[in-house]
Amino acid sequence: MTTSILETQALTKIYRSGDKTLTVLDNVNVTIQPGDTCAIVGPSGSGKTTLLGLCAGLDRASSGSVFLNGVRLDELTEDQRAEVRNQYVGFIFQSFNLMPSLTALENVMVPLELRGEKNVGKRALALLEKVGLAERKNHYPAQLSGGEQQRVSIARAFSNQPKILFADEPTGNLDEETGSHIEKLIFDLNKEASTTLVMVTHDMELAHKTQRIIQIKGGKIVQERLVNESVSARR
Amino acid sequence: MNYSWLLKMAWRDSRKNRSRLLLFMSSIVLGIAALVAINSFGDNMQQEINSEAKKLLGADLVIESRQPFAPSVIDFFDSLGGEKSEEVSFASMVLFPKNGGTRLVQVRAISGDFPYYGEIEATPQTASTSFRQEQRALVDRTLLLQYKATPGDSVKIGNLTFPIEGSVSKVPGESELTMSVAPPVFIPLSYLEATGLLQKGSRINYKIYFKFPENANVDQLLENTIEPRLTAEEVRYDTVSERKREIGETYENLTGFLNLVAFVALLLGCIGVASSVHIYIKEKVASVAILRCLGGKGNQGLGIYLIQIAAMGLIGSLLGTLLGVLVQFMLPELFSGFLPVDVTITLSWRAIAQGVLVGVIISLLFALLPLLAIRKISPLTALRASFTHEHQSRDYIRMVVIGLIILFVAGFSFLQLEEPEDALFFTGGILLAFLILTGISGLMIWLIRRYFPVGWSYIWRQSLSNLYRPNNQTLVLVITIGLGTALITTLFFVQNLLLEKVALTGRDNQPNMVLFDIQSEQKEAIADITRDFDLPVMQEVPIVTMRLEAIKGKSVNQIKEDTTSHISRWVLNREYRVTYRDSLIDSETLVEGKWQGKVQSPQDSIFISLEDDIAESMGVGIGDQVTFNVQGAIMDTYVGSTRKIDWQRVQTNFLVLFPEGVLERAPKFHVLITRVDSAQVAADYQQAVVQQFPNVSIIDLNLILKTLNDIVSKISFVIRFMAFFSIVTGIVVLIGSVIISKYQRIQESVLLRTIGASRKQILSINALEYFFLGSLAALTGVFIALLGSWGLARFNFETPFSPSFLPILISYLAITLMTIVIGLSNTRSIVNNPPLEVLRKDT
Ligand SMILES: Nc1ncnc2c1ncn2[C@@H]1O[C@H](COP(=O)(O)OP(=O)(O)OP(=O)(O)O)[C@@H](O)[C@H]1O
Ligand SMILES: [Mg+2]
Repeated sequence: MTTSILETQALTKIYRSGDKTLTVLDNVNVTIQPGDTCAIVGPSGSGKTTLLGLCAGLDRASSGSVFLNGVRLDELTEDQRAEVRNQYVGFIFQSFNLMPSLTALENVMVPLELRGEKNVGKRALALLEKVGLAERKNHYPAQLSGGEQQRVSIARAFSNQPKILFADEPTGNLDEETGSHIEKLIFDLNKEASTTLVMVTHDMELAHKTQRIIQIKGGKIVQERLVNESVSARR
Repeated sequence: MNYSWLLKMAWRDSRKNRSRLLLFMSSIVLGIAALVAINSFGDNMQQEINSEAKKLLGADLVIESRQPFAPSVIDFFDSLGGEKSEEVSFASMVLFPKNGGTRLVQVRAISGDFPYYGEIEATPQTASTSFRQEQRALVDRTLLLQYKATPGDSVKIGNLTFPIEGSVSKVPGESELTMSVAPPVFIPLSYLEATGLLQKGSRINYKIYFKFPENANVDQLLENTIEPRLTAEEVRYDTVSERKREIGETYENLTGFLNLVAFVALLLGCIGVASSVHIYIKEKVASVAILRCLGGKGNQGLGIYLIQIAAMGLIGSLLGTLLGVLVQFMLPELFSGFLPVDVTITLSWRAIAQGVLVGVIISLLFALLPLLAIRKISPLTALRASFTHEHQSRDYIRMVVIGLIILFVAGFSFLQLEEPEDALFFTGGILLAFLILTGISGLMIWLIRRYFPVGWSYIWRQSLSNLYRPNNQTLVLVITIGLGTALITTLFFVQNLLLEKVALTGRDNQPNMVLFDIQSEQKEAIADITRDFDLPVMQEVPIVTMRLEAIKGKSVNQIKEDTTSHISRWVLNREYRVTYRDSLIDSETLVEGKWQGKVQSPQDSIFISLEDDIAESMGVGIGDQVTFNVQGAIMDTYVGSTRKIDWQRVQTNFLVLFPEGVLERAPKFHVLITRVDSAQVAADYQQAVVQQFPNVSIIDLNLILKTLNDIVSKISFVIRFMAFFSIVTGIVVLIGSVIISKYQRIQESVLLRTIGASRKQILSINALEYFFLGSLAALTGVFIALLGSWGLARFNFETPFSPSFLPILISYLAITLMTIVIGLSNTRSIVNNPPLEVLRKDT
């Protein structure tokens, strides 16, 4: 257990509205080892984003627990979880989520600055260089195309050298060509830094580029398999 | 926390928002400006009063008495050394023989060189001293203008006619206002006797002005030498330091009050700030959520925007201060009628510092209300586009902030008013007004939703429902515009109330002219003149002056020495003007006891009737003994009854009423009350009386009405000037919120246009929406004004309140129209651009 980077135990999320309850995640157990790459797939509304949010400590589970790098997230305060994210977690979102009032470079600098590190400009620029946007460093997100924005967001995700990277449909808002370019970038950088990758996607082709595919439906894991292995029903 | 990083982030994030941030803060600029201007002006005035204190008194010491000083006292004054000047003053009629004009004035007969400090400003200036050498008079400038007299003409005072030496426009220690109430006419003291006016029954003031050598300690001299010697005399002292304190306090009260008016403008502005920041923060939710995803803490997000707002608060306050410094140059002109000194404007660093400090603190406190929500923004928001309302738990820090705001308002008003109850009253009043405005706008919205006119056309329905769409600014606009409207309208109502109250007394067949100081032997002749002019003798009352000798057998002096006694000095010292008759009149109602109208034989006990308040002040009840000194004769009486008096009527009313059969032989004078309808008859009648009986004084109610009108309109001009800041603040908030809601409106209008709405339709929807908004605000404001004025009328002025409809209509129309115009000015730029273009502009 202590060797895994991410582990969920009987993770359950229930939304209440009035007297109705909606079980979005039902008793989910996942274990991911350091350096693994893994895809979460499933139909829309099955709870993928919810699972991702819980794993990253963005939300609190109704029951069950999440261990991130050995730390039990539900025992932490909101600010302590933020600290954990800053130390160990990187994010790539479907809708890029750059801060619109900051330049590309500044967006990449923020995670480092949040750690209290000084003179981060050079490192951030180096990352922008890697995603091929060094010359656009002073542009605001509104001045960049969607693909370019996602590249900045990838640079930002790797800037704090995270142990685990969460990506929620990173290519969902992009055309095929740009999408595959972004995919390549993510996998390349990931390999280089040997980061753990947890990626939500609809794209089975993309999912197959990871080592492991977790399929969920109606809030339950219905299938979990290693890529290039024969399909095996879970339990 | 890493503060330099927060600063850096605040700076970076502000780059694209600066003009908007400034716009938020523009709504506090005027409030700060008013505050700084008033404060600085107040400081300047205090300074002036301090440095010019001697000129306010004109002397080092003034001793004043209601009786002539005894020769032994005069000798004592002589022994004090220094210079002195004597003055005898009283109200009397003067007559301008040139055209027969007559007017009640304050005759001031002086000897010596008063004023020793400052000067009597006269035209020609030499007249201020030269009139003292001969039988000459120095007459109030306005009075001369009114009666078309010029220096060289003459004025008849009592039995003597004085050539007019010059006009006087300023006297040490008096403001334009006090001079217009009692216009002064100076004559040399040596001619007073010959006027024959010293036999008057009415009050005469005797004053001695002293000037001591430069190094003399006046307060010490007064305490160690003068006061012990004069304990037996009924005198009043006025020293420079005392006058300084009195006047200082008066103007401190005035500036305190005006400061509060300015503060209200500031509070309105702050509500505007809170509302703009609220919208601003809504747009920042995504950024904050991303920051939290990346590991930012709740307080870091808050910190970034707190810094931005604080910086803007500082800039707004500085701008306001700058404006205030400029505005204060207008104030001396504005207050000119009220000031006893000329105020020179200098910078008051205290006022400037206070303005900046108050501005930053209060705007931050208000901005904190919406800003605090930042701490609660969930990082999950970054993952899901829609904003989810996470557990809206009770935010205690928010409560603390609200508490701090109330505390700040109470503290500030206490500093200005210096009375805890007044400060509490002010704070409570503000709170109540806010609650009413909030309640009413909430109720209206609720009513609109509840009884939504489903049958109306699309444009009407859309504009109505815009009032309660998410992020609407209905409440804020209703509060700021409504409070502004309430202020102005209340002011108008109260001004009318004051004037009406006076006018009421002069209406119909109510008396409007009072002749007093009539001597017994003149009584019949004056009644005859009155009847000759076809005027009614409505009341004719004898008046006997007396002093209190003892209460319940304890002499006045004993009571004064008794430190446990609660009886106030004015009750013991005052001169009682008493009448006698056999019955009560219609302005009097018996409270307790029985009225006995006649004393049959000199052996019988005398049962008098006291006004119930004075009976309480004397500490006497029915059957208690009260002893009077009737010009030398000691007279024991008993309280037979107490009465309530309706002071509202023009009638001679008396605190002490004697029965018939006691005072008939005492020295007395008479008052006659009549009613004159035409101004010409009034003038002729007064002239006839004064020509024959120059000692008789006449109060013309119409004249008083006119003077009062002047005063009231002067005061209300000052208040209107101050209220102006609130109004304009309301407009600035309106403009601000219109601009801030622009993005929201762009989206709306683009949406509407894509589904086929025409420009005209969109414009109509917006115009109607602002019409509803303006109407709601204006009506609420008028409602509060009506409520407030009714309360004032009922409890403060005790007159019926019947508001006129026209001003209500005018303020309603004006405010509503203004709201529509400002609102539409923004919409035009939206609908005139193609949809795509407006959307592309910053997101
Ligand atoms: N705050 C909320 N309150 C109530 N229900 C919610 C809330 N957030 C999400 N849900 C519901 O939870 C379910 C799972 O949502 P989630 O976003 O995790 O699905 P998803 O698998 O990511 O779908 P997609 O592929 O469309 O992104 C959905 O049915 C959604 O309606
Ligand atoms: Mg999803």
